[in-house]
Amino acid sequence: METLFFLIVAAIAVITSILVVANKNPLNSALSLIMTFFCLATLYVMLEAPFMAAIQIIVYAGAIMVLFVFVIMLLNVRTEAARRGKHALFLGTMTGLLLLIQTWYTVGSGSLAGVRGPVDSTLIAKVGHTELLGTALFTDFLLPFEITSILLLAAMVGAVILSKKKL
Amino acid sequence: MVSLNSYLILSAILFAIGTIGVLTRRNAIVIFMCVEMMLNAVNLTFIAFSKYLGNLDGQIFVLFVMTVAAAEAAVGLALMIAFYKNRESIDVEDMNMMKW
Repeated sequence: METLFFLIVAAIAVITSILVVANKNPLNSALSLIMTFFCLATLYVMLEAPFMAAIQIIVYAGAIMVLFVFVIMLLNVRTEAARRGKHALFLGTMTGLLLLIQTWYTVGSGSLAGVRGPVDSTLIAKVGHTELLGTALFTDFLLPFEITSILLLAAMVGAVILSKKKL
Repeated sequence: MVSLNSYLILSAILFAIGTIGVLTRRNAIVIFMCVEMMLNAVNLTFIAFSKYLGNLDGQIFVLFVMTVAAAEAAVGLALMIAFYKNRESIDVEDMNMMKW
């Protein structure tokens, strides 16, 4: 049952991500990408990471993609004038497929090593996923978390400066 | 029980499709969306490993990747708008002002 569900969700994710690349209209690409993000959120729930699923939908599908759709509508780019030349299309697709084959081979030839950590289904059910993440974020990863705020500040200042009238 | 390899292969497929999109599309916004898709494929790998290794560090990484993606989207889309104001186009073939 779980395998069947995984296969359906994975198939939808792959089909919608192909649509992102294949669609001529950028708006349709954006909507397909939102669907891909929803599929990934479903997979996160299956991987016992409900908080990540919520963040995926709120931040990615909710905030980032709304920004994309907003910019596409603001710039009013209906369709591309032309695709890249045949050579670039062929070479790009070949590079992507080569990457896929290589990754597939690497995944197939290795096995999971390393020491298993303390987090399992019972712990997540007892303590709660959000609390576990919050504890880790504010103890072990406090410095990276603080540095993230500087990154966001820099991005905010950059976006404001870039959108000034006279650049 | 879905095996770890299924998740890794799905993630590899999404990443490869994103790569193909980055290399074959001309619209800068679509290229940007493909980059977001590649970031998401990596996030799926992180969370799958996190589950199968019983360690939450991967999910913390995903949080940071999402932050970086949000910052990147804000700055990148501001760049596109600034470029569009100058050139009336967001085709990457037109981004040749720094060409010698």
